Amino acid sequence: MADTESSAVRVAVSAMNQSAKPRKWIADWIFRNLTRATAAFTFLVLAGIVGSLVYASWPSIMKFGPAFMWTSEWNPPMERFGALIPIYGTLITSIIALVIAVPVSFGIAIFLTELSPRWLRRPLGTAIELLAAIPSIVYGMWGLLVFAPIFSKYFQSAISVTLGKVPFIGRLFSGPQMGIGLLAAGIILAIMIIPFIASVMRDVFEVTPTMLKESAYAVGSTTWEVVWNVVLPYTKVGVTGGVMLGLGRALGETMAVTFVIGNTNFLTDVSLFLPGNSITSALANEFAEAGPGLHTAALMELGLILFVITFIVLATSKLLLMRLQGAEGSRT
Amino acid sequence: MNLSRKRKLINKFALTLSLAAMSFGLFWLIWILFTTLQLGVSGLSLDLFTKMTPPPGAAEGGLANAIAGSFILVGLATLIGTPIGILAGVFLAEYGAGSWLAGATRFINDILLSAPSIVIGLFIYAFYVSQVGNFSGISGVVALALIVVPVVVRTTENMLLLVPNSLREAAFALGAQQYQVITQVTLQASKSGIITGILLAVARIAGETAPLLFTALSNQFWSTDLNKPMANLPVTIFKFAMSPFTDWQELAWAGVLLITIGVLALNIIARTLFRNEIQR
Repeated sequence: MADTESSAVRVAVSAMNQSAKPRKWIADWIFRNLTRATAAFTFLVLAGIVGSLVYASWPSIMKFGPAFMWTSEWNPPMERFGALIPIYGTLITSIIALVIAVPVSFGIAIFLTELSPRWLRRPLGTAIELLAAIPSIVYGMWGLLVFAPIFSKYFQSAISVTLGKVPFIGRLFSGPQMGIGLLAAGIILAIMIIPFIASVMRDVFEVTPTMLKESAYAVGSTTWEVVWNVVLPYTKVGVTGGVMLGLGRALGETMAVTFVIGNTNFLTDVSLFLPGNSITSALANEFAEAGPGLHTAALMELGLILFVITFIVLATSKLLLMRLQGAEGSRT
Repeated sequence: MNLSRKRKLINKFALTLSLAAMSFGLFWLIWILFTTLQLGVSGLSLDLFTKMTPPPGAAEGGLANAIAGSFILVGLATLIGTPIGILAGVFLAEYGAGSWLAGATRFINDILLSAPSIVIGLFIYAFYVSQVGNFSGISGVVALALIVVPVVVRTTENMLLLVPNSLREAAFALGAQQYQVITQVTLQASKSGIITGILLAVARIAGETAPLLFTALSNQFWSTDLNKPMANLPVTIFKFAMSPFTDWQELAWAGVLLITIGVLALNIIARTLFRNEIQR
């Protein structure tokens, strides 16, 4: 329907273009190409980011080769650099964030679409979205000075006497209880990405045709069964897209992580209580002090790796969400 | 009977968890806002807006230069980023709709919208700062502008797509050229939606810290010279919060309070505007 309308518009446009006075035609041509140039500007930015990062990190790429990604030594005075610890920190904190944020966001989305009284939906939805609006520097400062002390005092010891005693995964929850570290960074990241995942989930849950849900209710399903067996299967592509969006956000988050991760390039144990480093926190902390040359180039290469990872994650997210939109169109 | 009770029990359990998840989300929001208020209010005074950022150890000081710097950076970045974003959004919704360029632009734009802002900072550093040789306000402006563009593109396109085609057809039928239809009809009709987008973009960059670390950096003194490092709230907060001095930390909390209030106010204004637009 929309397609036929817009093609009707287009026919009208070309008819007008042919019959219009030349001056107007020129004005339209200029405006059209101006908008086209600004759209192409987006490509320039993307090419600029990739190009300049590759160029600036070239000395490091040449010197260390692909081994850069699995070498753990980061030694500025000796000019030996490997990205393993920051990459590990980035991935681990993002995984912790997802493990916490995905079920919570799912619960919030169920609450907002199925449980909440209609008049409360908007204020509660807005409140959750405001979590995304709070600048990450605020999360960071709050995390370091307010959350970390309380976390170490009340939670870390509790976790280490319970989860810490479980075989195998117990090793993840042992060690010094300082508050700051990989686990604290992961938890704060989780709070930051909940609004992104929850709002995508809520939006895709809302596109589930009422007919499907009502049919399930009519044969006696409970609310939970409708959500789990009807809504979730119908929207799983979109839900995955939302989770990927959250992951993309978590990977690239800078200030909040920098404040609480502890910033050390030595990691000897798998414990999540230990301080570590992420790609973004290494950049934020070291860049200003890095001398020109190999140190800066190595940091640039970290940035390049981060951009490539987030690009892939976000592109996957976008493709998944586009697929859901396509399916939605064909089924209604 | 037994099965039915079990199913109902599972249902109750799941819905209770969902309520718990909602409370979990709200809990953090309230906690963060509460501490920000609690610790920030004591730092609020006239000095905050009139005195410069203090050197370490000095008791007296404010954030005047950082506040002014933030206004300059955010203001200029919005001035530069907004027109580019609106024009690109117009292309996506009006001229290019359906073309491959529009499809690809939309895709890349949505990725840049969520891409790590720290990478934008690195880009401007490599592209401009390292060539010129010093950190500068103007490079911070460019980095922030690059963050504004995708936000404005997205909202502009969405808002233009809400304009009914019958409006366009009516304008064409009167003999208007497409640029006239766009500038005089569709952009007018979606004005408040587009303003919403701009406000959200301002809110987004007002708290951005990471890109400024590599571009505008910071400045202890009053400076409006765009070719020199420029003080700004986020980087100052970062520096002060990480320091061991309690005076600095108090100033940082006051700065955090200012930014949080500003950003939340912008978000709420934007949402109210947008809601009125949809209802109209």
